Amino acid sequence: MSTTEIVDMITVVIDGFEVSVPKGTLIIRAAEQLGIQIPRFCDHPLLDPVGACRQCLVDIEINGHAFAKPQASCTIPVEPGMIVKTQLTSVVADKAQKGVMELLLINHPLDCPVCDKGGECPLQNQAMSNGQGQTRFEGTKRTFEKPVNISSQVLLDRERCILCARCTRFSDQIASDPFITLNERGALQQVGIYEKVPFKSYFSGNSVQICPVGALTGASYRFRARPFDLVSTPSACEHCASGCDMRTDVRRGKTLRRLAGDDPTVNEEWNCDKGRWAFKYITAIDRLTHPLVRNDAGVLVEASWPEALAAAAKGLKENTSAVLVGGRATYEDAYGYSKFARVALGTNDIDFRSRLSSDEEREFLAAHVVGSSTTYRDIDRADHVLLVGFEPEEESPIVFLRLNKQFRKRALKVTAVASKLSIGVDKLKGEFVKVAPGQEAAAIAKAALTSQSIILVGERASESAGALTAIAALADSTGAKIAWIPRRAGERGALEAGAIGNLLPGGRPVADAAARVDIAALWGTSTLPSSNGRSSDEIIAAVHSGDIAALLVGGVDPLDGNNSAAALAALERAFVVCLEIAPSEVTMRANVVLPVAAITEKSGSFLNWEGRARSFDAAVDESLNRSDLRILSMIAQEMGAALNLGTVRAAAKEIASLGPWDGARVSMKAVSAAKAPALKADQFILNSWRRLLDLGTLQKGEENLAGTARQTIAVISPSRAQVMGVTDGDLLKISTAQGSVTLAALVEDIHDDAVWAPRNSRGSQLLVNLGVGHGAVVTVVKL
Amino acid sequence: MRQLVPVLSAHWDEKDSFTIEAYTRHGGYKAAQKALAMDPDAVIQLVKDSGLRGRGGAGFPTGMKWGFIPQGDNKAHYLVVNADESEPGTCKDMPLLMANPHVLIEGCIIACHAIRAKYAFIYIRGEVTHIVRRVNQAIEDAYKAGHLGNGVEIVLHVGAGAYICGEETALLDSLEGFRGQPRLRPPFPAIAGLYAMPTVVNNVESIASVPAIILNGAQWYQSMGTEKSKGTTLYSLSGHVKNPGQFEAPLGITLRELLELAGGIRDGHRLKFWTPGGSSTPIFTDAHLDIPLDYEGVAAAGSMLGTKALQIFDETTSIVRAVLRWTEFYKHESCGKCTPCREGTWWLVQILRDLDAGVGTEEDLNKLLDICDNIAGRSFCALADGAVAPIISSLQYFRQEYLDQLANKGPLFDPMDSTLFASSKAGA
Repeated sequence: MSTTEIVDMITVVIDGFEVSVPKGTLIIRAAEQLGIQIPRFCDHPLLDPVGACRQCLVDIEINGHAFAKPQASCTIPVEPGMIVKTQLTSVVADKAQKGVMELLLINHPLDCPVCDKGGECPLQNQAMSNGQGQTRFEGTKRTFEKPVNISSQVLLDRERCILCARCTRFSDQIASDPFITLNERGALQQVGIYEKVPFKSYFSGNSVQICPVGALTGASYRFRARPFDLVSTPSACEHCASGCDMRTDVRRGKTLRRLAGDDPTVNEEWNCDKGRWAFKYITAIDRLTHPLVRNDAGVLVEASWPEALAAAAKGLKENTSAVLVGGRATYEDAYGYSKFARVALGTNDIDFRSRLSSDEEREFLAAHVVGSSTTYRDIDRADHVLLVGFEPEEESPIVFLRLNKQFRKRALKVTAVASKLSIGVDKLKGEFVKVAPGQEAAAIAKAALTSQSIILVGERASESAGALTAIAALADSTGAKIAWIPRRAGERGALEAGAIGNLLPGGRPVADAAARVDIAALWGTSTLPSSNGRSSDEIIAAVHSGDIAALLVGGVDPLDGNNSAAALAALERAFVVCLEIAPSEVTMRANVVLPVAAITEKSGSFLNWEGRARSFDAAVDESLNRSDLRILSMIAQEMGAALNLGTVRAAAKEIASLGPWDGARVSMKAVSAAKAPALKADQFILNSWRRLLDLGTLQKGEENLAGTARQTIAVISPSRAQVMGVTDGDLLKISTAQGSVTLAALVEDIHDDAVWAPRNSRGSQLLVNLGVGHGAVVTVVKL
Repeated sequence: MRQLVPVLSAHWDEKDSFTIEAYTRHGGYKAAQKALAMDPDAVIQLVKDSGLRGRGGAGFPTGMKWGFIPQGDNKAHYLVVNADESEPGTCKDMPLLMANPHVLIEGCIIACHAIRAKYAFIYIRGEVTHIVRRVNQAIEDAYKAGHLGNGVEIVLHVGAGAYICGEETALLDSLEGFRGQPRLRPPFPAIAGLYAMPTVVNNVESIASVPAIILNGAQWYQSMGTEKSKGTTLYSLSGHVKNPGQFEAPLGITLRELLELAGGIRDGHRLKFWTPGGSSTPIFTDAHLDIPLDYEGVAAAGSMLGTKALQIFDETTSIVRAVLRWTEFYKHESCGKCTPCREGTWWLVQILRDLDAGVGTEEDLNKLLDICDNIAGRSFCALADGAVAPIISSLQYFRQEYLDQLANKGPLFDPMDSTLFASSKAGA
């Protein structure tokens, strides 16, 4: 099938030069094709035209008929026979632009020397390029109280604001979070929030980034730096699997700011507030800086690198070992762990899924996900998107923005199989197929999809037995494409790198002899372990049974898993070598702790949910920290095994040389859904997910960001609430045998059998407090 | 000497002119009956043939506007009546609604039939409570009499007091419940207006003129007025005239004739300047007494017929003070959407305040004109064009007065002299 799209081209003349552009192109954009920069403020290529600032006025003539007045080039599409004269060739347009610029500046405070935007300010820059240098204004400027906190992380200086409405249009048109709007009129017009409702959008940072003046500033960057003192490095976001292109700004070795990068195929020009504002963990004062080794007295003490490496190598070599690598490792690092397990430890006991997971999922990933490529472009073209175990706004915000774009543009049909209607799905006007937690499979089977449809599967689908089996069957019967969207940035890369017990790198099944030969040849080893390795749950069980005595752990939070108590006990019991950036539940229990580089200190790549490589260079050159990969190579060397992955580049080269697997895929054993449990009057089935802004480790220390997190609540249905006599705000105690949480109630659209609470928010850390995350029967009482 | 030709205002002098009984007594609602029996397209054609042009200021042919509504598109169509009359000097629609609200209702029924609309919305400015009550009563009476509710519904919407909501797209935003700010065009209201449906927005007087046209025919309407400006219209005289008020006459009458009908300038005074169509039309002077007051005549003389709001100022009035007051109005009413209007009116007021106080130099007059040049035709809608019109035209005709004021380092006029109670001033 050809995917070539036929586009009508229109030829126009701008400043004497002909240019052909697709029909519908705005004049201002056609001019850009010629390298002609028409000054502008309100114009933004991803927002609807508004024509408010009037800075981009040009003279236009169509087939000999001249417009009497200069026109806003940001609102008018090209037409055949159009002749445009910009400020470069029209005296009238030039005077019009200079006039508008002078007017824009009369009420502007001109406080550039103390403004964060000074040095990278479109107003400042264009006042220089298209202004008249001197103002004739001798009157009184409009003044406002400043700044105003419109959320805990965004501040508004109304005096600097030029009322271009980019921020309000972004919030409305892109994020569907119309928390800010323009109020009042005339020169007193101003951006404002609704009374008592702050700017609590997950995407608020974008409005700061696209503000063409210093009117909107982020609390965490405000007054910290001048743009010309920053060194910018293109980077990729480590927070989720959306795969945002980013820019990291560093001054003297310290990351001060991160901005959304421009990648039209992925994040366009947006990112979420977590990606933008959660990076203090990198520079936290408790970062590990030296290796630690547990001495004979059982105390972790600082050690030299040779000493620590020797201790690590000894412990791993002398014991039966397994590898637990978290979903935050880069593709290259995950490849290092994968190769280390096989080459240095001789085992397939490796799993990147340091979270709730299942064997059904492992087979699903090998059968349907590894090597596949469903993309954002497929969302753009889909006729119907089914969401299973996936809440896009919370778990992969850029996927939400893309769904929202298509919903606004062409009313894309979205269906969510879930227990609770989420805020995000509500914004997408999605069809909510309400199921009891654990009963997803039956609803999935009934979804009416076509070969143009996409099934977006979240990692939480693994928490419902039979759901992934049903998805595989649905895709098989309808031809719909599957896209698996994990939360963590590194999971897809880890899957492709074979950091899982049933796959070798490149999607090669462990059980396939030809696949093993491929990899053995690449690695120069004679043999590779031939049986499927253990999953993370099985590895922990094996530690308790004594079958495994040593663990290599990198970037894992043991409290994220199926049985956190067992995990912690296993870490106590085994000899643990831990690669980490900061003290954690694992380092506390480790025998050897090796500090590693954080994201800004190393190069590498992530594979986002599409399987698309998102590579980045080190933003901080001065760091002495090494990547996991390098340290794994050093341990391997100490053990007498050759990893040969001294640098990220070497790993990338080796991965690239591998090529795709064209043999048979792992086949998936069908798993049937669990029977719905019988519930007593005070019993519910737990449903939860992680919110974008919560107690995640990488958000540590970001108080401004935390201020915009959604309220921690417990959700039950209206009918259950009525029976229990519960109204919004009443306290509900949710308990299991392990413990309880007490939360304010919110009565909302949720399955009658279900109670929802955030999985890892302040006051509601379900895996720790209750020991369960999803699908378990809990008791709920009104306090 | 032309005489008054009362059509709209024919029975305004009767005590109960505003009641449905009085309206019916004079043949009211017969036009609707006649129109409803006609093919909608024939109604549009009749209005086109009559030459009726929009009375809200721009003078766009009413029938042609109706003809822009796509037919057979299976969409709801809407008629919106712009009764947000708020321009300084303009005072025709409010008296009309006070004296005869039923003629508007009948016009709405006919227009809705023509454009295949089921709903008409009357958007009325918020400050005129007495007129809101009167129109409400008339709508209620029309429902009771069965004129409304049988295919046409009228919704009266009261604005919140913003001049910009007289701009048709800002009016639509306001009607939909948003802040009134003009919309980007295209799409034009005829394609995507109220609730994104095809919409006709007409002035009160335009719609009110329709019933008589239906009853008496296009020929009759064509017989009045001038070559391209047909029919009669309401001229509103205010200010320094002996008998201010509404004067309905065929288009093309001159101010000299109207002044005679109004008893002339107040005794002992002479005409200094006047607006032909409200404060946003460039002013005229006593040199323009014989300009035919139709769309073409006024335009040829460098202004606009606008709303035919003839504000008359005699020689006691300071041109600088008058222009300052108008400019203050525009600054207050600028919606803030676009830079030239928002910032420009803010600046103009400050300069004019200085000039009014006699502070400044001749260079400031040039600066003032240059700023006007940077505002006019550069803004999002026509509000700013209106804002600079009095400034530019006053400098055209009265530059010397500005200079004299500066030389005097203070006002040349005592504002008391221009008040209507000036003659009672002690020692006068």
